[in-house]
Amino acid sequence: MTQVAGHPELRLDPDYESPEYRSSAKRAPRQPLVLLSDSLLDSGGPVFGETPVTLSDADLTLGPHGEAQGQRINVSGRILDSDGRPVAGQLVELWQANAAGRYRHAVDSHAAPLDPNFTGTGRCLTGPDGAYRFVTIAPGSYPWGNHPNAWRPAHLHFSVFGRLFTERLVTQMYFPGDPLLPFDPIFNSVRSQRDRERMVSSFDWDTTEEGWALGYRFDIVVTGHLATPFEEASGVRR
Amino acid sequence: MTAGREPTGPEARLIPTPSQTVGPYLRIGMEWMQAKDLVAPGSAGAVTLVGTVTDGDGEVVPDAVLELWSPPAWGRSLTDDGGSYSFTVVKPAGAHRHMEMFVFARGLVRQLLTRIYFPDETDANLVDPLLARVPEQRRETLIAKRDPSGGLRFDVRLQGPDETVFFAY
Ligand SMILES: [Fe+2]
Repeated sequence: MTQVAGHPELRLDPDYESPEYRSSAKRAPRQPLVLLSDSLLDSGGPVFGETPVTLSDADLTLGPHGEAQGQRINVSGRILDSDGRPVAGQLVELWQANAAGRYRHAVDSHAAPLDPNFTGTGRCLTGPDGAYRFVTIAPGSYPWGNHPNAWRPAHLHFSVFGRLFTERLVTQMYFPGDPLLPFDPIFNSVRSQRDRERMVSSFDWDTTEEGWALGYRFDIVVTGHLATPFEEASGVRR
Repeated sequence: MTAGREPTGPEARLIPTPSQTVGPYLRIGMEWMQAKDLVAPGSAGAVTLVGTVTDGDGEVVPDAVLELWSPPAWGRSLTDDGGSYSFTVVKPAGAHRHMEMFVFARGLVRQLLTRIYFPDETDANLVDPLLARVPEQRRETLIAKRDPSGGLRFDVRLQGPDETVFFAY
């Protein structure tokens, strides 16, 4: 378990040392982390208001020759800080596998077809209320060789920026009711069930469009803290 | 899922969304915005900062992203096939003569935070309150080395005998 030097009460969830996730074995740090003072926490953060992001960057379904294959979905939500304040005008990046579970990436050798009309990558800036919205294709599950018959639950990769440098977050959005979730070492690298549930989107009638697309809602809450106090007795993070 | 609140407590803070690894395919999502030049190459004080990311076996890490924060400048560099990244930076003036860096990679369930100090700031580094809290034998991992080319080198060792110091916050 990753320790914070001099602070046995602090825990990380997920923990860098996640033995079920094989790639972490040679990459997770083994030495205790050193606790930074609060001075970094208020040093601001990068601002992307001027970044050239267009509306079409948030629509992944339109390829050079036509529409991408698969179930069209609207994915929307808000980026908030842990006090509930919206993170406005910040960058949200998204990448994903296509409907067949294949990434447009040189390293992906999964025997599933690429879609010439789907790059699987998008981006947008949040509105004044922290809202973002993507139109994309429901991603397929894919095998990944972590253990025998290992399949990733369907997911979207999200990269978001808060107002503070330390609020930087990369996470994955999952889909409700996915039968692979209980077996996935990456999803379950988060040990708190309550916290894991924050990564599962909800089906949303409000953004489901008649005759067109299903809607999923996924709010993202960023925090400036890596480690939080842990109450041994109850097993509940404060 | 809509944001959920902590069940108790006067502040009723929202439950943070947990981190997940960037995975092996981060390139398709993050390469569009590499930002290697925090200052224009050739401008006053500009210096090249390069480094290699290695794992516990000393193998290079070709699927990592480094994000640098030297307020107000921000940068992003993806590692190449040799595990190397590069930036153009300028040493910050004023009290904070260092830069913060996040490391993302397949195998890391969340990013790592480290800090880059400058080798020509011997006196300032000697009295730096954070360096003082780092075990003496590990401090060197946080101080960039002078490169033969005249630039700076800051290697990131995720694990192993010379593991880079990483921070909690
Ligand atoms: Fe993935």
